[in-house]
Amino acid sequence: MRVLMFGWEFPPHISGGLGTACYGLTRGMSHIAGLDVVFVVPKAWGDEDQSSISLLSAENFPVRKKFIEMKGFLKEMAFMEVHSWIVPYMSPEQYAKAGKKTAEGNNVYFNTEHMGKLKFTGKYGPDLFQEIGNYAVVAGVIADEQTFDIIHAHDWLTYPAGIAAKSVSGKPLVIHVHATDFDRSGGSVNPGVFEIEKRGMDAADMIIAVSNLTRNTVIEKYGIDPAKVVTVYNAVEPLEVTSRPVYRKPLQDKIVTFLGRITLQKGPEFFVEAANKVLKKSGNVRFVMAGSGDMFPRIIKRAASLGIMDRFHFTGFLRGQDVDHMFGISDLYVMPSVSEPFGISPLEAMQSNVPVIISHQSGVSEILKHAIKVDFWDIDAMADAIYGILNYDALSQMFKKHGKTEVENLKWENSAQHVKQVYDRVLA
Amino acid sequence: MKTICLYFQVHQPFRFRRFRFFDIGESDYYYDDYSNESIMKKVTAKCYLPANQVMLDLIEKYGERFKVTWSISGIALDQFELYAPEVLESFKKLAATGQVEFLAETYSHSLVSLSDPDEFRSQVKEHSDRIETLFGVKPSVFRNTELVYSDDIGAAVADMGYRAMLTEGARHILGWKSPNYLYYNAVNPRLKLLLKNYKLSDDIAFRFSNRGWGEWPLTAEKYVGWLKDIDKKEEVVNLFMDYETFGEHQWAETGIFEFLKALPGEILRYRNFRFATPSEVAADLEPVAPLHVPYPISWADEERDLSAWLGNDMQHEAFTKLYGLREMVKSSNDPKILTDWRYLQVSDHFYYMSTKFFSDGEVHKYFNPYESPYDAFINYMNVLSDFTNRVKQQVGVTETETALLKRKLKEKEEQIGKLQAEINELLDKKKVITAPVVEGVDDDIPLVPERKPGRPKTAASKDIGSKKEVASGGGGAKSGKSAVSRSKSAGSGATTRKRSKPATVKDTAGKEKKPEKPGKPGKKSP
Repeated sequence: MRVLMFGWEFPPHISGGLGTACYGLTRGMSHIAGLDVVFVVPKAWGDEDQSSISLLSAENFPVRKKFIEMKGFLKEMAFMEVHSWIVPYMSPEQYAKAGKKTAEGNNVYFNTEHMGKLKFTGKYGPDLFQEIGNYAVVAGVIADEQTFDIIHAHDWLTYPAGIAAKSVSGKPLVIHVHATDFDRSGGSVNPGVFEIEKRGMDAADMIIAVSNLTRNTVIEKYGIDPAKVVTVYNAVEPLEVTSRPVYRKPLQDKIVTFLGRITLQKGPEFFVEAANKVLKKSGNVRFVMAGSGDMFPRIIKRAASLGIMDRFHFTGFLRGQDVDHMFGISDLYVMPSVSEPFGISPLEAMQSNVPVIISHQSGVSEILKHAIKVDFWDIDAMADAIYGILNYDALSQMFKKHGKTEVENLKWENSAQHVKQVYDRVLA
Repeated sequence: MKTICLYFQVHQPFRFRRFRFFDIGESDYYYDDYSNESIMKKVTAKCYLPANQVMLDLIEKYGERFKVTWSISGIALDQFELYAPEVLESFKKLAATGQVEFLAETYSHSLVSLSDPDEFRSQVKEHSDRIETLFGVKPSVFRNTELVYSDDIGAAVADMGYRAMLTEGARHILGWKSPNYLYYNAVNPRLKLLLKNYKLSDDIAFRFSNRGWGEWPLTAEKYVGWLKDIDKKEEVVNLFMDYETFGEHQWAETGIFEFLKALPGEILRYRNFRFATPSEVAADLEPVAPLHVPYPISWADEERDLSAWLGNDMQHEAFTKLYGLREMVKSSNDPKILTDWRYLQVSDHFYYMSTKFFSDGEVHKYFNPYESPYDAFINYMNVLSDFTNRVKQQVGVTETETALLKRKLKEKEEQIGKLQAEINELLDKKKVITAPVVEGVDDDIPLVPERKPGRPKTAASKDIGSKKEVASGGGGAKSGKSAVSRSKSAGSGATTRKRSKPATVKDTAGKEKKPEKPGKPGKKSP
C-alpha cells in the first residue's frame, strides 16, 4: 500500500507538536511491512530567486524529491519538498529573522504557532489563502505524477492539497485532525479557516482525530457523521538513553513548572492562581513559567499584584536542551490547558521522571493513568494536587515508578497500526 | 448431616469530605455528611430494612431450624445511630428471636491486626462491648475486616478468648483441601476456623444477576441442587457475603429477595441439611486439620491477599504514618480525637488508594468516591496531616517527644540492666568452669545434645581450654536470644509472650490429630 501524505514541517525544522507527531507517525509506519509513504512538505528555500518563479504555472513550482534514511525508520522514505511561502515558525528569534526577510521583499513567512495556528494580520491574510491554494495546485500535479492508493493530509493547511489530490486521482482521502480552530482560537473561530476545515472534513472518506475530545469537536462543531471519525492517539518518541546530562538543582526548593506558550489556550492564569494558593501555605517551593506568548504581560502583572514574584519565575521561550534542563530540575509539571487536542509535553515530562498534573480538557488525559487530572478552572484542586505531590513523598515515588513505564508503552508503532486499520477500512 | 452457615457482613464506610491542603489547620471536620447520610438512607431502604424483614419472616416461619449471622462494623453502627436508627431497632428485634448471632470485629473496620497488637485488642473489645450493649450477647466468634487472617492474627484472636474465627477458603492456602470442614489455627489449636466457600458464596454475591453467566437465572432449587452435589462426608458449607448483596449490589429487580426467601425452605426440605451459627458450628464439629497461613489472606480479588489495601507505596505511607500516631493519640484523651482516630482507620480509605483497579474490575469503581487513587491519597493525607497537628497540639509536641524518648531510654536501661545481669551470671559460670568442676560444663552441654552421650566426661575435663570457648560462645548466643525475646515482649505487651507458649502445644496437637483422620478432606475435595 502506498500513501501520499501531505504534512507540515519535518525534522530538523520542527516548531511544534504537529511536526513531532508527523515524524513519529511516519516512523511508526515505516515498521509496517508493505506500507510506503511519500511525504510532501511545503518548504521555502531562502537562497532562491523569488522573481524566477511564476505563481501562475504549476509546472514552474520546483519540487525536490529525495529519499531519506532516518534513525529509527526501518526503510527509507520518499520525501518531497514543495517550494511554498507558508513556512511555520514560532520562536521570537525566528520571528525577528523572518520579519527582516519580509522587509527586504524576498520571502513571505507566516507567523504560525505550535499546532499551526496562524496569526492573521491584514498583511498576511489574503496571501495566505492564496498560498494554500497554490499548495493545493502543486498537490494536484504531484498526485498526477505519483502512483499511490490513499491520501493522508495533516491539519487544515494541507486539507485543500488533499482534496486536490483526491479529485485528480480519485483515490480516497484520510484527513488527520491534530487541532481545530476551536482549540487554537479559544472560541473566536476564523471563518476562513473554519471553511477550509469543514470542506476538508466533508471531502474526507475517513477522519482521524488525536483524541476523543477532538473527535467530539469534529462531530459537534463541524457536523460530521460520527461513523466517519476515528480516534488514534499520539505517542511519544522513546528517549535516547545516551549521555543525557544530569542537571543539578540550583536551590533546595521544590520546582513546579509550566512549560508552553503563554496564551489563552494553555491556561497560564490558572497556574498563577494555584501557585498563589500553594505559596500561602508552604515556603519551600518555587514556580517557573517557561514560554512566551501574548498573555505574558497580563500574567506577570497578576503575579506581581499577588506579591509572589520572589518565588515565581519566568524563563522566556525554551527549546532543545533548555527544555531538557528545565525538566531535569523540575519536581512537578503542570499543564492546565483550557483546550488541548492531545498534548505531548506531559509525556516528555514523564519520560524525565517528572510527575504531571494535567487538565481534563486535554486529549492526553484520556490515555494517562499515572497522572493527576483536574479541571483547568478548578484552581483549588490544582493547588491541592501540587501541594500533595510536593509534600507526600509516596506520590512522586509512585509516579516515577509507574509513569515512565506507562509512557514507554505509548509507542508510535501502535498508533501507526491504528492508522493502517483506518486505511484498510477506507480501501475495503 | 450437612450444616449451612449463613453469615453477612454489614458495613458502610464513613466517607471524608474534600479536604484541601489549605483546610489543614483551619478546619477539623473531615466528613462528607451529605454522601454519608444519603448513601446510608438509600442502602437502608434498598437493603437493610427489606432484608431484615425477610430474615424475621424466615425465623417466624421455620423457627429454630433457621439460623443467621451478622457482623456489623462499629462504623456502620455509628451511622445507623446517626442516620437510620430504625435499622438498629430491626436488628434488635432479630437478636431477640435468639435464632441469630452477632460476631465481633474491629470497631473501625480497620486493618489494625496487621499493625499493632495492643490497638487490635482494644478495638475488638470496643466492638464486642458495643454489640453486647446493643444486642445483649457477648460475641464468642470473631471475624476480621475483609476476612483478613494469618497464623499470628489467629493466635492473637485466640488470646482474646474467641473460640472461632471466620476467614476465606483461599485456594492457594487450601490446595487440595476442601473449605467444607472445620479447621484450626496453626499456632493455637483452640481457635477453630470456618472457611468461606467462595464458589457458592460468590454465585449469590457476584454472579446472581449476571446474564452472561451460564447458570443464569439462579433459582433456589438449582442452588440447593449444587449443595446436594457436595460430597456427603463434607460437613459444613460457609456462605459468607456482604449483606448489601441483597437489594444493593443485586437490585431487588433481579429477584434476589425472592431467592433469599425461597432458599431456606428449599434447603430444609432435605433432612440431612441444617442451619447453624458459627459458634454452633465450632461447638458441634470436630476440626480436621490445622490451617497454615504464614502470610495474611483476605476475601478480596483473585489473589485473596492484602494488595487491595496495602499494595502500593501510597497505601504503605498512609498506613505507617497513621499507626505511628497511636502512642500520642492514646495519651491525648480527647474524645473528638479518639473518634477521628477511629474513622481514619477504616479500611476503605486504603482501598480507594489502590492502583490495582486500573486494570481490574468495575466492582471497585462502584465503591470509590474518588476519581483516582492519587486523588484519594492526597485527600487522606491532607486529613491525616491536620489530624497529626491536632494530636500534637493536644498532647504538646515537645512534651510527648520527650516522654517517648524517656520511655525508650527507660526500656533500654532495663534491657541493659538485664543483659548486665546475664553477663555477670555468665562471668560467674566462667569462674566456675575455670575451676575444674565438671558439672559446670555439663550444664551447657544440652545445647549440643547429640554429642553428649558419645563424649566421656573425662575428656571434657581434660579438654577444658577449648570447651570453655564452646561453652561461653553458646552461652553468649543464648543470652542474646533471650534478650531479643524479652525486648520483644516488652515492646508488644503480654500477647507475644503468651502466644509463644501454645506454639509448642500446637505441634504436638497437630501431630496427634493428623493420624486420626488421615487425608480425609483429600478424598472428598471436589
